[in-house]
Amino acid sequence: MANPTMTLIASNTVGSGGASSVTFSSIPSTFTDLLVKISTRAAGSGTATNQQLNFNGDFGGNYTSVFAEGTGSSAVSYKNTGYSFHFIGNIPAAGATSSTFGNCEIYIPNYTSSNQKSISSDSVTENNGSAANQDLSAGLWTGTSAITSLTLTCGSGNYVQYSSFYLYGIKNS
Amino acid sequence: MAAGATYVPIATYTASGSTTTITFSSIPQTYTDLRIISNLVFSGQIYLQFNGDTGGNYSITYVQGTGSSASSGRTTNQTNGMQMGYGVSSNLTVFTADIFNYANTTTYKTALSRDSDAGGLAQASVGLWRNTSNITSIAVYSPGANYSSTSTFTLYGIASA
Repeated sequence: MANPTMTLIASNTVGSGGASSVTFSSIPSTFTDLLVKISTRAAGSGTATNQQLNFNGDFGGNYTSVFAEGTGSSAVSYKNTGYSFHFIGNIPAAGATSSTFGNCEIYIPNYTSSNQKSISSDSVTENNGSAANQDLSAGLWTGTSAITSLTLTCGSGNYVQYSSFYLYGIKNS
Repeated sequence: MAAGATYVPIATYTASGSTTTITFSSIPQTYTDLRIISNLVFSGQIYLQFNGDTGGNYSITYVQGTGSSASSGRTTNQTNGMQMGYGVSSNLTVFTADIFNYANTTTYKTALSRDSDAGGLAQASVGLWRNTSNITSIAVYSPGANYSSTSTFTLYGIASA
């Protein structure tokens, strides 16, 4: 039997001071795919804010995102072309029910290839039944370098304490 | 700690650029679930076909966004497999599918998939195969469209214990 290949590379839990972003750097090139699992909440105003993903410190207009979003009462879809980040969905903000965190999973296949990089992400946020968002996102980063770092940024204010981030590597052999 | 190994690669393929079908055969029956991860370039439909069954024994329901509108639909009695995704552009598409409890011989088989193409599609699908046979082969089938030579396909086994 082959060996299991889902391996925790690094994790980060935000402390009491909050954090506007979290970066995983020096990502090893020994895996095939990357998987990120996060549980987050924002300190910014409103009931929800967005969450953004960047690779290798590239904050230029090199990201395209297509997403489908359900709010509990309607569904919409948008496409962001040439943006400075990949939109990975919404998370609860200060106006949402307290102690409620949003969950998100991001999959990045073939992250060391010399091709442009594709992204799949699923995200949910909940406001105790009064509002919710579910986002399915497809992303493309035009960079052709291997991904060696990734940054997750809170759209409004800081990530609050206990927001958690886990980066896994997956090998196909 | 569970004794069984989980998230184990069973097989992986890179497309030749002139094929419409990637088949995982002789799938070991030692896992609980299966997971397919594919990173592919093509414009066409993605079907999952089990055990070579081309009959009208598949059903799917999906929700999708195209970048301009969101919709949901359903197809029943589908032939040649369950259509679980769609490549719409020359971009790299991420296609993932989870097939649950595949080795049992009592229940019909179900699958969940995600299809992400930044050219214009974010889709989630659920599929049903009305057959109680254990799954021993899976064809990732695209009628009428070749997978590019940069397309990769990996089958993983997921063990519950």
